[in-house]
Amino acid sequence: MKTKLITAALAGIMAAAPALADLTFASLSYRTGPYAANGIPFADGYADYLTLLNERDGGIGGVPINLLECETGYNTEKGVECYESTKGEGVLAYAPLSTGITYQLIPKVTADGIALHTGGYGRTSAKNGEVFRNVFNFPANYWDGASVGIKHLLDINGGDIAGKKIALVYHNSAYGKEPIRTLEELSKKHGYELSLLPVDHPGQEQKSQWLQIRRDRPDYVLMWGWGVMNQVAIQEAVNIRFPMENFIGVWWSGSENDVMAAGAKANGYKALTFHNVGNNFPIFDDIQKHVVDTGKAAGAGDQIGTVLYNRGMYNAMLLTEAVKTAQAMTGNMDISQAEMIKGMEALEMTEDKMAALGLPGFGPSFSVSCQNHGGDGMVAVSQWDANAGTWSLISDYQQSDMSVLQPLIDADSSAFASENNITPNCN
Amino acid sequence: MPEQLVFAMEVFLNGLMAGVLYALVALGFVLIYKASGIFNYAQGVMALFSAMTLVGIMEGQVPFSHLINAMLGTHVHHFGWHLPAVLGILLTMVVMVGLAWLVQVVIFRHLVNQEPIILFMATIGLAYFMEGFGDLMWGAEIKKLDVGLPQGINLWIDETTFNIFDYGFFIDNLDIVATIIAALLVGVLVAFSQYTKQGRAMRAVADDHQAALSVGVSLSFIWVMVWSVAGFVALVAGIMWGTKSGVQFSLSLIALKALPVLMLGGFTSIPGAIVGGLIIGVGEKLFEFAIGPIIGGATENWFAYVLALVFLVFRPQGLFGDKIIERV
Amino acid sequence: MFYREAGDFKTSYQDDNQTFPIKFDRYRYYFMLFVAFAIIPFMINDYWVNAVFLPFLIYAIAAIGLNILTGYCGQVSLGTGGFMAVGAYAVYKLMTMFPEVSVLIHIVLAGVITAGVGVLFGLPSLRIKGFYLAVATLAAQFFLVWLFNRVPWFYNYSASGQISAPERTFLGEPITGPATEAWAAYLVCLVFVTLSAIVARNLTRGSLGRKWMAIRDMDIAAEIIGVNPLGAKLSAFAISSFFVGLSGALFFAVYLGAVEVGEVFGINKSFLVLFMIIIGGLGSIFGSFAGAAFLVLLPVFLKNVLVGGLGWPTDLAAHLEFMIVGGLIIVFLIAEPHGLAQLWRVTKEKLRLWPFPH
Repeated sequence: MKTKLITAALAGIMAAAPALADLTFASLSYRTGPYAANGIPFADGYADYLTLLNERDGGIGGVPINLLECETGYNTEKGVECYESTKGEGVLAYAPLSTGITYQLIPKVTADGIALHTGGYGRTSAKNGEVFRNVFNFPANYWDGASVGIKHLLDINGGDIAGKKIALVYHNSAYGKEPIRTLEELSKKHGYELSLLPVDHPGQEQKSQWLQIRRDRPDYVLMWGWGVMNQVAIQEAVNIRFPMENFIGVWWSGSENDVMAAGAKANGYKALTFHNVGNNFPIFDDIQKHVVDTGKAAGAGDQIGTVLYNRGMYNAMLLTEAVKTAQAMTGNMDISQAEMIKGMEALEMTEDKMAALGLPGFGPSFSVSCQNHGGDGMVAVSQWDANAGTWSLISDYQQSDMSVLQPLIDADSSAFASENNITPNCN
Repeated sequence: MPEQLVFAMEVFLNGLMAGVLYALVALGFVLIYKASGIFNYAQGVMALFSAMTLVGIMEGQVPFSHLINAMLGTHVHHFGWHLPAVLGILLTMVVMVGLAWLVQVVIFRHLVNQEPIILFMATIGLAYFMEGFGDLMWGAEIKKLDVGLPQGINLWIDETTFNIFDYGFFIDNLDIVATIIAALLVGVLVAFSQYTKQGRAMRAVADDHQAALSVGVSLSFIWVMVWSVAGFVALVAGIMWGTKSGVQFSLSLIALKALPVLMLGGFTSIPGAIVGGLIIGVGEKLFEFAIGPIIGGATENWFAYVLALVFLVFRPQGLFGDKIIERV
Repeated sequence: MFYREAGDFKTSYQDDNQTFPIKFDRYRYYFMLFVAFAIIPFMINDYWVNAVFLPFLIYAIAAIGLNILTGYCGQVSLGTGGFMAVGAYAVYKLMTMFPEVSVLIHIVLAGVITAGVGVLFGLPSLRIKGFYLAVATLAAQFFLVWLFNRVPWFYNYSASGQISAPERTFLGEPITGPATEAWAAYLVCLVFVTLSAIVARNLTRGSLGRKWMAIRDMDIAAEIIGVNPLGAKLSAFAISSFFVGLSGALFFAVYLGAVEVGEVFGINKSFLVLFMIIIGGLGSIFGSFAGAAFLVLLPVFLKNVLVGGLGWPTDLAAHLEFMIVGGLIIVFLIAEPHGLAQLWRVTKEKLRLWPFPH
């Protein structure tokens, strides 16, 4: 055992390699394990965008970017190890890419004064920036997703879904249970009937759930799925001939990976999204030229333009824009961790900014403030075209129903604040 | 006929079909355990590995392409061929036989006469190794597996039952195919072990290693053969599950579905695996149907184990397991 | 030369029965304790504590617990993850219900609650044996995880279904929650590990431990010589679950701080702890430590070498890590089927005779 400790000591020394560049980001990715298929494109997009900035612009404002990638395998303990091994290197913002790891890191980043960005996952009530000073979950969270999902149903039903039956098929975990409270509140408001169908991890066997859907004939099915559960659910929906256009998944159930296994019959399946899809943007030419062709791509280069790749890229883009904001605010190019948080709180995404980046219409326009760390909760609906093999947006970005969500967020965040003796403030 | 009863019948039928799939996975465990006393934890990973290999061969993927590209800076991904399913399955079988041989020569030859728990541990090591090796060889992304099996609702059953009960039953075509294949597989296995020389030798080994050895049966040959057959069963299971969900890491978790089946049917009995699978399949589906909504659903995972546990309290050796005789 | 009995005279029964009969061993043990308690706390930082020491120490407690049940009493259990979850949720409920009571007492109480649950799920062991029992304990694993996920009372009706440890102090120093200093968390776990190891060691060589081993070697024979199988098996389940519950409570309260049951205490955890005791050595307290060290430190070490040292892509490194861990397990088993503890024992035998082996 002693020899092991010595070898581990050596390893620890090796781990503490000096930081090479000045703007440091950490991506806790998972390219292995049960969710690797989803983790790979996301991590590729995240890394490729930062590589692009380094290759094309020499970093942000002339300061090069250093990306620390650490493999978590979607495992919380490894996530903690990753955080501890990288936090000494002046990381500006962490992207933990797992709700479980996010919960672990929230107290830690708060104690260490580092920003944590969870775009489209993580703790929903972190939207309340007065309580969660270091945690950002713009541009949208799960409750926004649930709310806009219902809004979409209202739209296609002429504003009235009273008496309709809506079933929620969800991953039986903290993540999957996220939308339930929102949907229950909304059902009081809009008068639909909600039925809940949990699927236990991993979700390879869902016959019971889909037989029940076939018997009960709900008008719409919403899904909060993850991993193999998505593919099986879509396949089973095809099998029971559930009309695919009435089947809406959250953004983690709406990638090419999820619909591919079901083939042509998955045509028409819908998914919520908070950014645009497809590879029809000018920036992809730059990525091709500066990143892929020079052999610096994080992956094989075959994931470019897929939904999850775009999401990784979008997340990286929001953070680098926050860096730019911070640089403009302070006049300091090599910003500190505290300045990064200020930059994120002052982040404003506009159509002009995105067009200038080569990403016209890629995401909603929104702004972040100290009170509101979650953006405006703008979510759109996308649809799968199996013949063309592409996703495309079928609606505009809509804002979630804040009159229902805000009380929920306030309740949850104030509970957290009182548990942890935090006085909400914005100084 | 009351509506709920009709629904229950549908659930029952689907439970049977699910049970067949569980049994298919359990079969691989039983084969190896019977012949060599090894509880093969790696069976699930073998299913994943065989399915990945099958897709890789059919699609002409370059093995270890990621490693090669990372080390040599090249960009190789595909050989550019597409093989028919039959050829792919044959080639995959060759790989699985090679794997069986390797496992035998590298691992279990050195662990002859060890306690069961040690052998179990060795298969855990094997599972770890193959998990990394498979991903390294074929990549971790989801792969679509299409060997031409039909999927979707069976219309004939739907119509027929609709005429009788006024409610069309849902039976998945894939499940029907799986049932037929499983029946064939069991038939072939039984015929093989009853009527061929190697099959008899296999049964002799299962009965008593030393006695078999003393009448001239080659133990190592039999073990390679049994591992190959288990590899084949894993491939069949991998195809069935992989067709439904795509080939991905979670395929290796189907082993967990087989454990309660094994408990119930007994580790040493092929009919036990089949009957156990059917009981578990029907039991968990009916429980989820009847009790699930009351206590909040998603009960299938634990109910299978509780069901098996209750059985075991009354029959500690499983339904068809060898009677446990203990002498002081 | 140094490692020998000669000249080390025992003058009382107490001396004769001590855990480390050889002087050198004894000094080594005191030296280890001294280093662990008096030197390491001053040298470590967050990384060492959170990535290396805390998981190692906590898994060591769980491994000691499972080793009592599986290694000493012969009852294979795959419910460890579920029992750890009981410990974690018990300590969470106690911490939030009685905030004025010291959290250290809560951790011990969580162990006691887990012991009760363990006895309940240990009842089938009276009928079911061997691998059948292992699979039967999986029922506990899946049911408990489902239960904690299902019933909102266990997670205090929080919106996310996760539990997170509030800050609690001991002698004015926070030992749970984000403000905890690295050394404080380390010392808390170290105290629990040391006490657990001493208690377990003395239990296993007393009459209770002998009963367990008799049951393990052959339960019918044990019954004939007067061991009550009901008492022996259930006490093994109770004590084993106590330690496992303790480790679950520490895992949640001191190490992770926030936990989602299905992810952290899933079936993988049960397998991991079982792997630890088999690799370390069944029926050996030292083996529990060795196995925990092997499976906690090796992946961290490999990762740092492959990614940090050689600069490989993280995914290749992770795949290779699996292959190396799997390969090493096989190599160790072929070299020494009875685990690292046996290797250690053989080394000690050789040392005793060194440098004159004949």
